[in-house]
Amino acid sequence: MNNHKKNKYIDQSFKVLGVLFTMLGIFILGVLIYNIVVAGFSRINWDFLTSLPSRKPERAGIYTAIIGTLDLMLLTVLFAIPIGVGAGIYLEEYAKKSKFSSILEINISNLAGVPSIIYGLLGLGIFVRFFGFGGSILSGSLTLSLLILPIIIVATREAIKAVPHSLKEASYALGASKWQTIKNVVIPSSFGGVLTGIILSLSRAIGETAPLIVVGAMAYVPFVPHSIFDTYSVLPMQIFSWTTRPQQGFAIAAAGAIIILLLITFIMNGIAVYFRNKWQKKLK
Amino acid sequence: MAKEIEITMEELKSKIKNTTTFEEDTSTSGGSRIEAKDVKVWYDDFNAIKGIDMKIKPNTITAFIGPSGCGKSTFLRLFNRMNDYVEGFRMEGKIKINGDSIYKKKVNVEELRKEIGMVFQKPNPFPKSIYENVAYGLKIQGIKDKKLIDGRVEKALRQADLWEEVKDNLKKSALALSGGQQQRLCIARTLAVQPSILLMDEPTSALDPISTAKIEELIHHLKEEYTIIIVTHNMQQASRISDYTAFFYLGELIEYDKTRKIFTNPEKKQTENYITGRFG
Repeated sequence: MNNHKKNKYIDQSFKVLGVLFTMLGIFILGVLIYNIVVAGFSRINWDFLTSLPSRKPERAGIYTAIIGTLDLMLLTVLFAIPIGVGAGIYLEEYAKKSKFSSILEINISNLAGVPSIIYGLLGLGIFVRFFGFGGSILSGSLTLSLLILPIIIVATREAIKAVPHSLKEASYALGASKWQTIKNVVIPSSFGGVLTGIILSLSRAIGETAPLIVVGAMAYVPFVPHSIFDTYSVLPMQIFSWTTRPQQGFAIAAAGAIIILLLITFIMNGIAVYFRNKWQKKLK
Repeated sequence: MAKEIEITMEELKSKIKNTTTFEEDTSTSGGSRIEAKDVKVWYDDFNAIKGIDMKIKPNTITAFIGPSGCGKSTFLRLFNRMNDYVEGFRMEGKIKINGDSIYKKKVNVEELRKEIGMVFQKPNPFPKSIYENVAYGLKIQGIKDKKLIDGRVEKALRQADLWEEVKDNLKKSALALSGGQQQRLCIARTLAVQPSILLMDEPTSALDPISTAKIEELIHHLKEEYTIIIVTHNMQQASRISDYTAFFYLGELIEYDKTRKIFTNPEKKQTENYITGRFG
């Protein structure tokens, strides 16, 4: 009886503790968002979104930074998704279990945890210097692709692992080749998980500043990039540069830019959740 | 409902009586003949099958029985080369289907599997519509003619005795069907490819008695066009539906004969012990 009571007590206190910690996380996030919205909301208007950066805080806008962010993300998606998903499929479906493949596996997991500045230096060495792409949007997106590749690969593999073996067997037993099975059974069944991984990785990429500083993203770009070889700025860069200025006006502008960056991230996540739910419904 | 089962069982019994007059009749066409010669299988160091010879006649139902881990499923999966994907799998000996060895290098495994359909222990429909499930095997063959596919889908669903239940809901997800319906769908999916051999790996072990009776009846009808091998843990099932029964134990084929003989007067003591439930 005593033991039973004790267990119940521990159970309850753990529950309370869990609720408290959850609330703490949400509370801190809430305070942050509240602070930023209070500081920056007044600054957000159409002019702010469509103006070029300026030396005068009240005239400065984030047009080039938004376009730069969107361009950079688009290119990153183009590079990272085919390679990441392809590598994930290969490792899970084709690669034979061997010493080599397990070393590869461990390394990919480790790469997901490498600090982003290291990727920046890698990008500087390979894309900016060796290939001579300079501080272009191409260098930036290739560097970010490297950064998020491990995340996409790991997510793809996990999603594929979750596909029931019995479905693959059913496909093979009907005379399907390996590729037909992957295309018709494995990919559709794991699509939701792969998509979640991609979006999570993009959410990480969109907020990255450190590697982009190294590979030459600009804090001040008075024009919109026209080709992948143009220089560019991105929102985190713009925010970083504004927060280092002494004028109060730039702090407000930075808060405004943070709101926009958060909005873009939320919208991206929202789209991902929408697609994932839609996909899961289709399967039911 | 109960009455229905009784009738079905009655029917089954009468059919079994008919099959007791089964003779060495190979004139019926459709099915294929299977031969295994000194087949041995290893998984890494484990010797799962220790040298089995077996001949299976066309258009017969053969039941594989034996305790878990005796190698009967492994042996069954040799015929459509499903063990190829198992890590550490190694095989010796020969398996011939209609006289052609299926483990030669130049054999196209995909083509082979179109000839030899398989139904699994647990119903495993694809998370697609009923129609898409049955059409799957045809679509991967590159068949695009919608009329042809429609025709084959209907025929296969009729053969699997599912058509009347689903004909108005072909677009519905297969996962919405009951377990028994799902298993009949899996049979229809296999039949749509028009194989000549059906391998069934405990096809009713996950189903209730009503669904089981339905599927047994179905298997009985399918004998006319297919050679059927069924792995089962259910002695009654083996005696009800099969023409021949093979008893496996520890990777060896202990006894293989007409079902009637195995269940009434087995040669070996081990067989008798197993079918009377004294071990296994």
